[in-house]
Amino acid sequence: MADTTQTYEPGTHPDLPPPMATRGPILWVRKNLLSSPLNIFLTIVSAYLLYLIVPGALNWALLDAVWDAGSRAECREIGSGACWALAEVRFGQFIYGFYPEHLRWRVDLTAVLFILAILPLLWDKTPFRPLMLIYSAAFPIIGYLLLVGGLGLEPVETTKIGGFTLNVVIGVTGIVASLPLGILLALGRRSHMPIVRTLCVMFIEFIRGVPLITLLFVASTMLNYFLPPGTTFDLILRVLIMVTLFSSAYIAEVVRGGLQAIPKGQIEAADAMGLRYWQSMRLVVLPQALKISIPGIVNTFVGLFKDTTLVVIIGLTDVLGVGRASLSDAKWQGLAWEVYVFIAILFFVCCFSMSRYSIYLEHKLHTGHKR
Amino acid sequence: MSDAAAAALSISDEVAIQIIGMHKWYGDFHVLKDINLTVNRGERIVICGPSGSGKSTMIRCINRLEEHQRGKIIVDDIELTNDLKNIAEIRREVGMVFQHFNLFPHLTVLENCTLAPIWVRKMPKKEADEIGMQYLERVKIPEQADKYPGQLSGGQQQRVAIARSLCMNPRIMLFDEPTSALDPEMISEVLDVMVGLAESGMTMLCVTHEMGFARKVANRVIFMDGGEIIEENEPEEFFNNPQSARTQLFLSQILQH
Repeated sequence: MADTTQTYEPGTHPDLPPPMATRGPILWVRKNLLSSPLNIFLTIVSAYLLYLIVPGALNWALLDAVWDAGSRAECREIGSGACWALAEVRFGQFIYGFYPEHLRWRVDLTAVLFILAILPLLWDKTPFRPLMLIYSAAFPIIGYLLLVGGLGLEPVETTKIGGFTLNVVIGVTGIVASLPLGILLALGRRSHMPIVRTLCVMFIEFIRGVPLITLLFVASTMLNYFLPPGTTFDLILRVLIMVTLFSSAYIAEVVRGGLQAIPKGQIEAADAMGLRYWQSMRLVVLPQALKISIPGIVNTFVGLFKDTTLVVIIGLTDVLGVGRASLSDAKWQGLAWEVYVFIAILFFVCCFSMSRYSIYLEHKLHTGHKR
Repeated sequence: MSDAAAAALSISDEVAIQIIGMHKWYGDFHVLKDINLTVNRGERIVICGPSGSGKSTMIRCINRLEEHQRGKIIVDDIELTNDLKNIAEIRREVGMVFQHFNLFPHLTVLENCTLAPIWVRKMPKKEADEIGMQYLERVKIPEQADKYPGQLSGGQQQRVAIARSLCMNPRIMLFDEPTSALDPEMISEVLDVMVGLAESGMTMLCVTHEMGFARKVANRVIFMDGGEIIEENEPEEFFNNPQSARTQLFLSQILQH
């Protein structure tokens, strides 16, 4: 039977293209939206919910929104939607906090220079990458001088740094400093040297067992008891240290997970070739372990960035602090929706970019079979 | 006859590896018991035995992937102790090929080959690349140089692993069941490379169950069981006239099929 239906001689069957009916919009709808009674039902319910929510939200946020007004009352006279006039009037404060207005260009310049500094780190096809990397390494000093002043630049008290700038400064410093620290802690926790291992385990477990807010309170109040009297230790610097330590403990655990996923054979092969411990970690183990850990690392960073809003509790005026202050302004009272939606958008843009970048990185580093 | 040709290969009187009264324990478990073995330069030794007999552990002691607790191991006149400098020196001279290849998946085939020459031998990259390509040609896969290990077949990966070891220009090669993880079709391509290596006069220790290979290239076959060397003989004698009952049983089992 089978012999008579065979089109090709055994061993001569050519590679054929797949059947064509696997594509097309109608097929997509049928397969993804209407494949079963339950799916049809869910599709209808979802469509109805979208119908309820989307037009209303669009009207509020865009079509009926008021962009220009002097107060909330004025807003309400003009339109029924969101009163974005508030965000516009207060935009400077939301972004810069109390940074002196005539010096705000320095924050802008820092932001531009910062983007230039991270470009060669994030994208390996950056032109002049080796030179750019030297610049990246020097950026923390440049950024510090621009923001705080010095070397001829008018000094600005660090307490004046606020608004979203403060969130970005804390977030970026925490991210940049906690990754290497976290990697060292993860390696230390797997070390064969008992003292190193014990210290790392104690540090990680202590930091993970304590809420960030507690650590921030320690930073803002308790440290003064421990330091010799008369020493002034900048509050923001203390916060930066605490945030970095906090996040490095989490990074350490994420990286440890990645390290555990690397087969023992990889280290044995590196050992057998004569690579030393740090060489085999840097060249063989970490590149693989960090690749596996990317989702977890980025997850920690996103969390850290959002946690920077907690500094409002110890009296720093970050973007949330500015938001709350503007809500208590008699002219603009009751615009909580606008304020928090605006802040949410700021954070969403940053966090979503991080998450997209991590996906790009995962694809780029994939070296197995691509299917 | 090919084993005659193999036997004709020069074996010098110079000692490459000397193991004297070596013992090893995993916790309370006595894995290796009083191992004594001398390997001359240019010798090709095949080690066989049932699983769990300690054969892999023994060759892994030679480059200190495993630590021995009693006895002496002397490689190239250097004794293996806890001295990291000695260990590093021995590892530079001893290449190893693993059952599961252990190629570095994040590096290309050529980068796998040049990693150790560049970082351990401090060779300039250009020179290392040349040597890498030279050995990839020798194992007959220069065209795969820019691919990643995950894109190669098992046999190709194992050949890359051999080339990677050779790039360090080792004086001794250790093979830990190099064909056990391969599909039957790919075993011969790897064995061919190993035969070529043997013919070039490399000192080799192979843990393998490929008896055809043992007959063809080995000048000594060692049979291990229960952590001891049970029998040690020239291949012809070993296969045709095994002395101990344990060896006879083992050979009858693996040669049955």
